[in-house]
Amino acid sequence: MSIDWKTYDPSPFYDELIAAPGKPRSAARQLTDYLASLDDDEIQARKQAAELAIVEMGISFTVYSEGENIDRAWPFDIIPRVIPRKEWEQVEAGLVQRLTALNMFIDDIYNEQRIVHDKVVPAYVFANSKNFREQCKGFTPPLGVWAHICGSDLVRDGDGTIYVLEDNLRVPSGVSYMLENRQVTKRVFPELFENSSILPVDEYTTQLFDMLAAISPRPQDYPQIAVLTPGIFNSAYFEHSFLAQRMGAQLVEGADLVVEDDDCVYMRTIDGLERVDVIYRRIDDEFMDPEAFRPDSMLGVPGLMRAWRNGKVGIANAPGSGVADDKVIYTFVPAMIKYYLDQDPIIPNVPTWMCVDKQDREHVIANLEHLVVKPANESGGYGMLVGPHSTKKQRAEFAQLIRKDPRNYIAQPTLSLSVAPTLCEDGLEPRHLDLRPFVLQGVRTDVTAGGLTRVAMRKGSLVVNSSQGGGSKDTWIVDEEV
Amino acid sequence: MLSRVAERLYWMARYVERAENTARMTMAFHALALDMPKTVRLSWKGLVSVTGTDHIFDEHYQREDDRNCVKFLVADTYNPSSVFSSLRAARENVRTTRDLVPTEAWEVVNELYLFAREHLDAGISKRGRYIFLSDVVRRCQTLTGLLAGSMSHDPAYDFIRLGRNLERADMATRQIDVGAIRLLERREGPEPYEGLLWTSVLRSQSGFQMYRQHVKRRINGPDVVRFLLQDVPFPRSVAHALTQSEVALDRLPHNEIPLRVAMQARRHVLDANVDKLIATEGLHAFMDKLQLEIAGLHVAIAECWFPAAVEA
Repeated sequence: MSIDWKTYDPSPFYDELIAAPGKPRSAARQLTDYLASLDDDEIQARKQAAELAIVEMGISFTVYSEGENIDRAWPFDIIPRVIPRKEWEQVEAGLVQRLTALNMFIDDIYNEQRIVHDKVVPAYVFANSKNFREQCKGFTPPLGVWAHICGSDLVRDGDGTIYVLEDNLRVPSGVSYMLENRQVTKRVFPELFENSSILPVDEYTTQLFDMLAAISPRPQDYPQIAVLTPGIFNSAYFEHSFLAQRMGAQLVEGADLVVEDDDCVYMRTIDGLERVDVIYRRIDDEFMDPEAFRPDSMLGVPGLMRAWRNGKVGIANAPGSGVADDKVIYTFVPAMIKYYLDQDPIIPNVPTWMCVDKQDREHVIANLEHLVVKPANESGGYGMLVGPHSTKKQRAEFAQLIRKDPRNYIAQPTLSLSVAPTLCEDGLEPRHLDLRPFVLQGVRTDVTAGGLTRVAMRKGSLVVNSSQGGGSKDTWIVDEEV
Repeated sequence: MLSRVAERLYWMARYVERAENTARMTMAFHALALDMPKTVRLSWKGLVSVTGTDHIFDEHYQREDDRNCVKFLVADTYNPSSVFSSLRAARENVRTTRDLVPTEAWEVVNELYLFAREHLDAGISKRGRYIFLSDVVRRCQTLTGLLAGSMSHDPAYDFIRLGRNLERADMATRQIDVGAIRLLERREGPEPYEGLLWTSVLRSQSGFQMYRQHVKRRINGPDVVRFLLQDVPFPRSVAHALTQSEVALDRLPHNEIPLRVAMQARRHVLDANVDKLIATEGLHAFMDKLQLEIAGLHVAIAECWFPAAVEA
């Protein structure tokens, strides 16, 4: 039995590939026609080929469960998600605009705080932010950029509007899976790449390298770049090693590095100590330097902050960038764009209630069963309440949590997340998804062509995190004018 | 290059080589066992002795039969030197150095590990053994060739080369010590199948064909020992492995001590008078000393480039 698009009905949701049963969107037509031309055996064969490729290429992620680290094969759905290039160009412009404003905000916050004096953002918002770092005050990193790498989560609502759900400015992960998903898809559907114009994604690691090289304290042709990983037990270790390999950078752990009396960072090599110019750190601020932050950190490098503040090493993302990676500050991003750039935001925020505001708080508590409540500083989908799927008891718990620490909670309407056809046990079914594009800001700003599409593999589920049963898809930006 | 990474590459190479050597040796012995008439008793436990893991075997098994010995050498995870344990350790070491080795190398190691895990049961059965073990050997060699052909011959590669050659030298001395000496000591009259037994020793080191081409005499004990110990052109001889280690060491920084240890060991190997050692029953003592020298070379390498401070 082959795929019959007439029987695939995504309603009531917005579907990324299909406008209505039997009516594919124009950018997706080549893909849907092709899929319909395959019989069931062929589709299953492609699916198995993809699974095999993932195991052979060793594309994995680590989950911590019952005291053990398990290396799991990366969950992947072979049906790509398609976005027309025209639409994507708008999104791209919106992301560049957003990260530019965010970086201006971070720099302002650690220096003059003009935006506070001008009463656009209230002081309490960041004063209580868990990710505000006293140690960063009065400093501006090279190029004035703090968050060099940003992964913003985008979602599409029922009417087709794309919103920014959150900005990840600390250590956003997932880009290696975006690149590997494309590799796998090229193995599985080579025919499709021959006949349609799908924008390549492969430039990312080159752009990442160039961006990192641009913040080297010693302008030279061969900067020594190191990717700082917490180690093999981190869930994103695969990605750390993947990026180091693709950039020809050193993959280091804290114990490999040392800061000497000259404030320079060195790594322990077979030749003795060798200077490091730029660190792409994949560990949180707090663990980076036991001298400046948590003294109990075993992962960090004593003296790293000192080296950075004295301009002896470039660090991406800069320590303290996380201050803007906060769901309360998120609500002010449209205002920041207006304030710093004097522009209207190209991509809207999801309407958000801040529980710290008394009026908002009462509204949220009264409407918990319709809202999604999120803690301001968590990532990975932890500690949230999805109102429509919650029990009375959970809602009562959350009401209490919110009253206890209102600054730490925000609420948003339950969006009707878009779906895309996904290969499930009984054939194609619509599944909810989001999109995480990656933006690099250095001398110039680059956006990935598409990003990592994450899909909730369980029917009706809205949770796309791979740590909680989510999968992924290759994302195609299709140029229809070629 | 990072000291920690150097150490992992070194061990990766040792483990891959160990898996290959153990697989080949088991295969050669299996072939020999099929050739031998029922009246001749072959000791499978002798193979365990070659790998120096008797004490672990004795903890887990009472019967020293074909099945137990092969299972122990190939599949058991509590034997840290079994083919499977070695492959797992090799994979773990590549997994943490993926940024340095070519992507294809990781894929080969990963596939090899997955292959071994999946086919272990068939691999220790009498019928599936040959195919399984020869597959393991071939895939290990694929990796060696892939690294030689696609990785820059830089310090990272030198550490791989060091690991490989130290493991080879170690294995060759063990083969000579356990395999050959046992044969040489049974001197009450001619062994009925001596030729076959020596052939098997050669095959364990994949040296049968090369011995034929280069020694050109009938297969006899002293010549086989000389070949496996001193024949520099033969890639699995002790002399060759030590020479190659020297080449790798020579290119690394601050190499004085390890290089000296390696040169000394090689000189001892090349200067040895095999006939005299056999005649005076001094071969065993000589091999013992040589094994200590090879272990000493490992210590010198570790102290020079794998500082313990990094182990934090």
